Amino acid sequence: MEYRTKATVMDSEAISRAVTRIAHEILEANKGASNLAFVGIVTRGAALAEILAAKVLAIEGAEVPVGTLDISFYRDDLAIRLSPEVHRTDIPFDVEGRDVILVDDVLFTGRTIRSAMDAIMDYGRPCSIQLAVLVDRGHRELPIRADFVGKNVPSSRRERVKVYLDDLDGRDAAEILERVEGGEA
Amino acid sequence: MLSSRHIIDMQDLTPDDITLILDTADSFKEVNQRRIKKLPTLRGRTIVNLFLEPSTRTRTSFEIAAKRLSADGINFSASTSATVKGESLADTAETLSAMACDLVIVRHKYAGSPRLLARHMDAHIINGGDGMHQHPTQALLDLYTMRERLGHLEGLTVGIVGDIAHSRVAGSLVPALRMVGATPVLVGPPTLMPARCDVLGAESVGTLDEVIGDLDVAYMLRIQMERAEGMPFPSLREYSRIWGMNEARLAAMKPSGIVMHPGPMNRGVEISSAVADSDRAVVLDQVNAGVAVRMAAMYLLLGGDESGVAA
Repeated sequence: MEYRTKATVMDSEAISRAVTRIAHEILEANKGASNLAFVGIVTRGAALAEILAAKVLAIEGAEVPVGTLDISFYRDDLAIRLSPEVHRTDIPFDVEGRDVILVDDVLFTGRTIRSAMDAIMDYGRPCSIQLAVLVDRGHRELPIRADFVGKNVPSSRRERVKVYLDDLDGRDAAEILERVEGGEA
Repeated sequence: MLSSRHIIDMQDLTPDDITLILDTADSFKEVNQRRIKKLPTLRGRTIVNLFLEPSTRTRTSFEIAAKRLSADGINFSASTSATVKGESLADTAETLSAMACDLVIVRHKYAGSPRLLARHMDAHIINGGDGMHQHPTQALLDLYTMRERLGHLEGLTVGIVGDIAHSRVAGSLVPALRMVGATPVLVGPPTLMPARCDVLGAESVGTLDEVIGDLDVAYMLRIQMERAEGMPFPSLREYSRIWGMNEARLAAMKPSGIVMHPGPMNRGVEISSAVADSDRAVVLDQVNAGVAVRMAAMYLLLGGDESGVAA
């Protein structure tokens, strides 16, 4: 299936400002950073979690632990498809009693977040799990919402919303991609 | 995804499949260190352990792997199954098929029985050891352990020592090592060597001392004491003296060299107690890797089964 860029919804500055705002909002909502921990969903959520942790360090001077989570083993569509590559989950802190901020790039159906919450619960009983996403594109299939959102981007189900991050892709952007007509279905 | 529906022989797998299994096992290894060692991944899938030959450690390892993935595991053993009532393996296969099992792990005393089973049922098959033929998940967990301890597989020289002719462990390990670019060297008394080592693609040497200095891994096979009556060498003491792993030989290995054993060990025969308990013997790492590697094999075989249905 071929896709082409339909619109750029966030550029580098917009992403930077959104992440800074989210960092402030997280600190405000949780009254500081003392009980926080970030868990990023691989791969772009994990990169965003690192960026958020750096922002929190700059704002508050507090080091917040960061973990990465691969939800391949928790998916509800295993019978349909297999993750092409399974990454290592690495949560180097005790989640018990923490306020865990789950971080992902795009919030879509909510199924990934459902899987991620199950996975975190297997590590212990956090005080709370909150969700921070860069882009909320709608079309939820489960009763899940984000606590912290960079930008709401109305999109069609047929489109894709893709986030690019400097560390992984060499540039920062959020784009809506549309299917090239006449391409293979 | 794996290129094969079954894991019966090492030859069912490609080098890429092996890498995929070992990498996936890495992730499962992390799960085995958690407080809650259970994933919902294979919920609702049925895995049958069809062990028609006695086995404790392999069966237990598969059983733990299935449980950690939330699959429903069912054990059939030789004493309780209908085979003692004279049912043929093909009929057993069709019975299990009618019960809609998703995966069957089979151990059987006759080589080729997993392949027969695969012909008679729709389920995926993992060979848990067939006669003197192959034991592929053992070879995979051995590769995992070597990679974990030595950092890589390509270029390793692995001495496989002992009863090569009757060993299904060697039957899988030799092709597995060749597929990942390592060099297997077969060591043992001529009476325990296969007729044509060259067909396996491995060179053979008569005594352990001839190659000990070149080995990254000394893989000690078990002398099957239960068959001690007809053992084709003069005495256990002589076997131990020429082909056993002891402290002097451990010292002669490369400093990074490790000692492996598929278990259960005969201390004082193929491996001395001092070596077995040293930190260069990785026998328990092998057992530990076994669960993760078997979880990976189950996950990769059963995942994406209905591919093409919807995305």
